[in-house]
Amino acid sequence: MLWNDEFETLPREAIESLQLKRLRQTLERVNATVPFYRESFRKSGVAPDQLKSLKDLERFPFTLKQDMRDNYPYGLFAAPLEQIVRIHASSGTTGKPTVVGYTRRDIEIWAEVMARSFAAAGAQKSDVIHNAYGYGLFTGGLGAHYGAEKLGASVIPMSGGNTRKQIMIMEDFGSTVLTCTPSYSLFLAETVRELGKDIRNFKLKTGIFGAEPWSEQMRDQIEAALNIKAIDIYGLSEILGPGVAIECVEAQNGLHIWEDHFYPEIIDPQTGDVLADGEKGELVITTLTKEGIPLIRYRTRDITRLIAEPCLCGRTHKRIERLSGRSDDMLIIRGVNVFPSQIESVLINIEEIEPHYLLIVDREENLDTLEVQVEVNERAFSDEIKVLQTLSNRIRGEIKDLLGITCKVRLVEPKTIARSEGKAKRVIDNRPKA
Amino acid sequence: MTIWNPMRECMARPQLERLQLTSLRSTLERAYRSVTCYQNKFWEAGVAPEDLRELGDLAHFPFTTKEDLRLNYPYGMFAVPLREVVRIHSSSGTTGKPTVVGYTHNDLNTWTELVSRMMSAAGVTADDIVHIAFGYGLFTGAFGLHYGAERIGASVIPMSSGNTEKQVMIMQDYQSSALVCTPSYALTLADYLQKKGISADTLKLRVGLFGAEPWSEEMRREVEARLGIIAIDNYGLSEVMGPGVAGECQHKCGMHIFEDHFIPEIINPETGKVLPAGAAGELVLTTLTKEAFPMIRYRTRDITRLHYEPCVCGRTMVRMEKTMGRSDDMLIIKGVNVFPTQIEEILFQVEGCEPHYQLIVDRKEHMDTLEVQVEVNETIFFDEMKRQREFVSMVEKHIATAVGVRAKVKLVEPSSIPRSEGKAKRVIDRRRI
Amino acid sequence: MKVDQISIFIENKSGRLAEVTRVIGEAGVNIRALSLADTSDFGILRLIVDKADLARDVLKDKGFTVNKTQVVGVEVPDRPLGLSRILQVLDESRINVEYMYAFVERCGENAVIIFRFDNLEEAIEALTANGINVLPGERISGM
Repeated sequence: MLWNDEFETLPREAIESLQLKRLRQTLERVNATVPFYRESFRKSGVAPDQLKSLKDLERFPFTLKQDMRDNYPYGLFAAPLEQIVRIHASSGTTGKPTVVGYTRRDIEIWAEVMARSFAAAGAQKSDVIHNAYGYGLFTGGLGAHYGAEKLGASVIPMSGGNTRKQIMIMEDFGSTVLTCTPSYSLFLAETVRELGKDIRNFKLKTGIFGAEPWSEQMRDQIEAALNIKAIDIYGLSEILGPGVAIECVEAQNGLHIWEDHFYPEIIDPQTGDVLADGEKGELVITTLTKEGIPLIRYRTRDITRLIAEPCLCGRTHKRIERLSGRSDDMLIIRGVNVFPSQIESVLINIEEIEPHYLLIVDREENLDTLEVQVEVNERAFSDEIKVLQTLSNRIRGEIKDLLGITCKVRLVEPKTIARSEGKAKRVIDNRPKA
Repeated sequence: MTIWNPMRECMARPQLERLQLTSLRSTLERAYRSVTCYQNKFWEAGVAPEDLRELGDLAHFPFTTKEDLRLNYPYGMFAVPLREVVRIHSSSGTTGKPTVVGYTHNDLNTWTELVSRMMSAAGVTADDIVHIAFGYGLFTGAFGLHYGAERIGASVIPMSSGNTEKQVMIMQDYQSSALVCTPSYALTLADYLQKKGISADTLKLRVGLFGAEPWSEEMRREVEARLGIIAIDNYGLSEVMGPGVAGECQHKCGMHIFEDHFIPEIINPETGKVLPAGAAGELVLTTLTKEAFPMIRYRTRDITRLHYEPCVCGRTMVRMEKTMGRSDDMLIIKGVNVFPTQIEEILFQVEGCEPHYQLIVDRKEHMDTLEVQVEVNETIFFDEMKRQREFVSMVEKHIATAVGVRAKVKLVEPSSIPRSEGKAKRVIDRRRI
Repeated sequence: MKVDQISIFIENKSGRLAEVTRVIGEAGVNIRALSLADTSDFGILRLIVDKADLARDVLKDKGFTVNKTQVVGVEVPDRPLGLSRILQVLDESRINVEYMYAFVERCGENAVIIFRFDNLEEAIEALTANGINVLPGERISGM
């Protein structure tokens, strides 16, 4: 279902001319109000009036997370505090959080794009939306909340935690749409089972999951465990919060990025060069309508590609492919960009191995080497050395097909690759630092 | 000081009463037409909406109690179909199931308007940075203040509760100027500042809006002195709306009840008789504009007194005194409403028989504490220490889940909880507020 | 081969332990062994007595919470590694010790230790099979 028929199906030329107009306004606004941008434009020798076409944006400098930290707390605000009606923060992995501010219009636009997102996921006014994203400084809870309210659905502001109560409320109140992180949805499903309840007695039909990367396989798992359709949503607090892009329920194939409010580019994370649609690289976003804290060419560090082909749902906005990693994780091996998640996608389809692996990168005689260690499971146990050899040849072949590089595959015993709480260490790079 | 809506807030009483009568009639009709519970109650009491000729006739209509909400869990009291409901909140019930309330779009709009009035009365303006340290979630406190502050045009920092260290860091760095939390948490913040050697003068805080638990004038003086702010009281309850039912102006002489949206009555909690103005008794509230969840003569169980004399601020709306107690056994612990029956139910579930227990409520370093003493019997006594301790932590976990307050469970010997007339005294409240 | 043990819930406050011993003493019950496990709030007192049922009844009459559990008394050679060997046997047989405590009296040259296992039958079997002497219940309460 379309929430905003006119804007969601705007013809390409109309989107682009709107983008150009808004982009110019944004550049002028930050140049006039944010000393940081004035300075960085000056250093790069560019000025807002040099933007004649969308392509000219390439000449403008990037904005990094570090720039936000350096201007903590209010340095990047383009509106005076009395016009700011909301302040959020993203958890910094180290030290002070990153601060973002919203004007009244920003909050309205946020609710608008979130309402579009809910509608794209198939939610409507008659739904009971169970919002289990955490409320607070984190943008997830309130972002989804305002969108659901704008949609006109009944919002249950659950916030995170207290899983048993969540389940009681979900069952008693007849929640139909669940919003939370994908991993929490699996935890909920598990707890429902533990409590001896049957998920089919619940009214849930859709889940909108984001705030962390998840795979197609996890989607299948969630859809089966909760008996719902699981939709991927994308957003980041620096840009807005949830609602930057979302999958449509019709295709579940790529996330429509709301191009009337955000201008996406894909760049080579090493060179910073802009790549063509369809090529994989780092997503860079420029906000087109934000007043509180507009961002110019913000490097998201998320790896994806842009899909320009029209979608069967009728929306004309480009799609981003589901995220395949972070550019912080990217390895360059013999000049080829390699993401651990790409290798993971090969391994996950091979039955005889466990989903635990380790990549060891080294340099021998000036040549990069890649060793992939994988744990075999009992399906692969065999006295015949031949069977194991066939398996490692197959893995090597598939990786070569995908990445174009030859690697060495080492099969190891189950449970020999170190596990760590939370994020597993997937890569050891032994190459001398340049 | 700005009056948010002078047309309404300073309305002459005869005019106000005419408005109330019209709104009351349509509320009674709507409730009667669309809520089975009201239909039955009116019928049993032998009254019908058209029997209301003047405001005084409201006294003939039956009360609504928390028990009615429990019996109609979850959506039985809603006066509109669910598709018109845009928000659902809940609060503590007397048993394991919470009380559910719903809001239409117009209800949210009214709520926001009333909180804007209340915050303006406290002196909050568009220039303020409002730091909301109530917990966001099913509880109405945070959202009520959040939407009101947003409408006023202030910058809202949706902090939510907990993590005092981070609260103070944000307060310092983001220059929070208005604080929203429970009065006891304000003192916890003051303690933290003192411990860290941070002078309150270095903060930008200037006003605090405190509610969700009873507090005294003495506590107000302490909060004001230690945080260097003006401390303003407000009143509300989720069954009726949430915060924004009433709020003090800067003269701090009682909380103005927004009478264009609520009719207050004071009754004798024993007989149910309406008491004359100025008498102390239980506050009963009737909503005048609520669509999703109209409440007819809801017994708040809060004991207070109403003052109709005009206030210096110019508002004509009646003032209610700080609440001076409850006509039931509900406790407010860390801003959370707790009914002893909720805990009794949990103990019954784990023990399989009627438990002997006692709740000890205390306040240590401005933080409420709850200890649940449970008399041991053979079914919950094990000879292994590990299992005994697991039992204790299991009960503590159940209480935290169901009641929303962390309690310490203490096992005591049989018959050690004093009984009067065979029944144990359920609650000992040692707090001095 | 099993011994009856009674366990009593006592609050961690002065005089409670004395009260327990007074009550059973006045009933003519003799304590053979005891152990006290405690937390800051409460304790679990475990007793081996000569008349377990009587002790339980009189304590219950006085309002105490009492349970009866079965434990095992094992003879332990009074020399270095004496206990270690027994624990090794239990470990090899994968039997968990819930708790244990030493007996006041001796059995000839040997000490006596009271054990509580998750599986009493298996424990007794494993111990006897390894030549360790498990004392009969009557013998213990009558010591």
